[in-house]
Amino acid sequence: MEIQVRDEEIEMLLADVMDQYGYDFTDYAPASLKRRINRVCLLHNLKSFAELRWQLLNDPGFISHFVEELTVNVTEMFRDPSFFKTLRSEVFPILATYPLIRIWHAGCSTGEEVYSMAILLKEASLLHKSILYATDLSSDVVQRAALGIFPLAPMKEYSENYIEAGGEHEFSKYYVAKYDRVIFSEDLSQKMVFSTHNLVSDGSFNEFQLILCRNVMIYFNKTLQDKVLRLFDQSLHPLGFLGLGNKETIRFSSIEHRYRQINREKIWRKKT
Amino acid sequence: MEKENLTRMLVIGGSAGSLEAMLQFLPELKTDIHFAILIVLHRKSDAESTLSNLLQSRTSLTVREIEDKEAIQTAVVYVAPANYHVLVEKDLSFSLDVSEKINYSRPSIDVSLASVADAYGVAAAALLLSGANNDGTEGLKRIKESGGRVLIQLPSSAGVSYMPQQALNEISPDALLSTHEIAAYINSLA
Ligand SMILES: C[S@@+](CC[C@H](N)C(=O)[O-])C[C@H]1O[C@@H](n2cnc3c(N)ncnc32)[C@H](O)[C@@H]1O
Repeated sequence: MEIQVRDEEIEMLLADVMDQYGYDFTDYAPASLKRRINRVCLLHNLKSFAELRWQLLNDPGFISHFVEELTVNVTEMFRDPSFFKTLRSEVFPILATYPLIRIWHAGCSTGEEVYSMAILLKEASLLHKSILYATDLSSDVVQRAALGIFPLAPMKEYSENYIEAGGEHEFSKYYVAKYDRVIFSEDLSQKMVFSTHNLVSDGSFNEFQLILCRNVMIYFNKTLQDKVLRLFDQSLHPLGFLGLGNKETIRFSSIEHRYRQINREKIWRKKT
Repeated sequence: MEKENLTRMLVIGGSAGSLEAMLQFLPELKTDIHFAILIVLHRKSDAESTLSNLLQSRTSLTVREIEDKEAIQTAVVYVAPANYHVLVEKDLSFSLDVSEKINYSRPSIDVSLASVADAYGVAAAALLLSGANNDGTEGLKRIKESGGRVLIQLPSSAGVSYMPQQALNEISPDALLSTHEIAAYINSLA
């Protein structure tokens, strides 16, 4: 039987995680947080809140599983192809005018989005003068992202997405299949820089012409969303671009008035 | 046992064969209802929001595909976007989630129902429609446990009877409705 952790218990747990491990989840969206915590109990066969808490405080290996489960790492290549198509047609021509293009993927998970971007940049002959900064809270996923190795099974779907996103070649030319995995070409990863970065507690680290943060802030409450949007605002070049997930918006946020949306896509351009 | 009419949120969950039913009862719904409606329908990914547009063409209630953290308003029909789970926060706004599929589905009916039960308690109602899948049963249990109202489409009247039948095997609903009875029942909640 599944246990249902109560709201007060979650508060206690988050305080523990903060004290002992330094991760601050207190401004995450409560409904999803609760669901993920219940799921951790189910996956680890923990029968009570007390068991969960004991495990968290006493098993040093447990925290990384806990964080990984809490922070949903599900991702895809070319998720929402029309987003990438619009990047290519509306944003790349402007990026092309800069001598050096800096792009930040905040919450890159296992890297599928970063490799998607590198492929499109390469086809637009922009990759050679780009740097893709790929960051995530979880060091595990960042390490996996850096390897450029992905499961083979979804490649057919990704290939369809790639074509819909305006891809110009045979998608399979970018990787080599080995057993049930594929390895992406090193040409693509050469321009990537991977590192951990926590959007809750870490600051700006560079100035970018394009920032993507897709399907990350859906796990935050409004207060934290606004704080992170301000961080992006500070980290964007004047006239830079911000890309969000398909059901996310900067409307009603404190940075809204300084941005203009591109073609009804989830892409906004800073006005100055 | 008659429950008071205090419904503030009605979730309608459906899979294969449920769209037909929805298109049938949606035009008959009153527009002055005092609750919000959340539609969680299994479907192929649908970047163009074709489902919301289709539903909007059949009702004068406002139909909206959910955006993250949107505040819930009464008399609006919210549609769970393709490829996202929909959760409800206690401040009565929506949160979206792209985590693993549940019952091979995202959006999953179970996921939404569990959080609606949590956020709305006795003010929640849920209607489970046609489908070939197991989704919804666990969620209906949660709605029931927290005192909400459980409605199930009569399996013999559903396009695909499996999903409502599964639920019926485990839960006794507050009402078992054939397709043509659904609109009147929903209107009576208002
Ligand atoms: C659902 S994935 C999104 C991946 C990709 N951007 C996409 O849209 O497919 C969410 C990612 O956000 C990361 N994340 C969650 N909280 C974070 C935080 N505070 N700082 C940085 N990354 C965070 C998670 O570790 C996870 O990898």
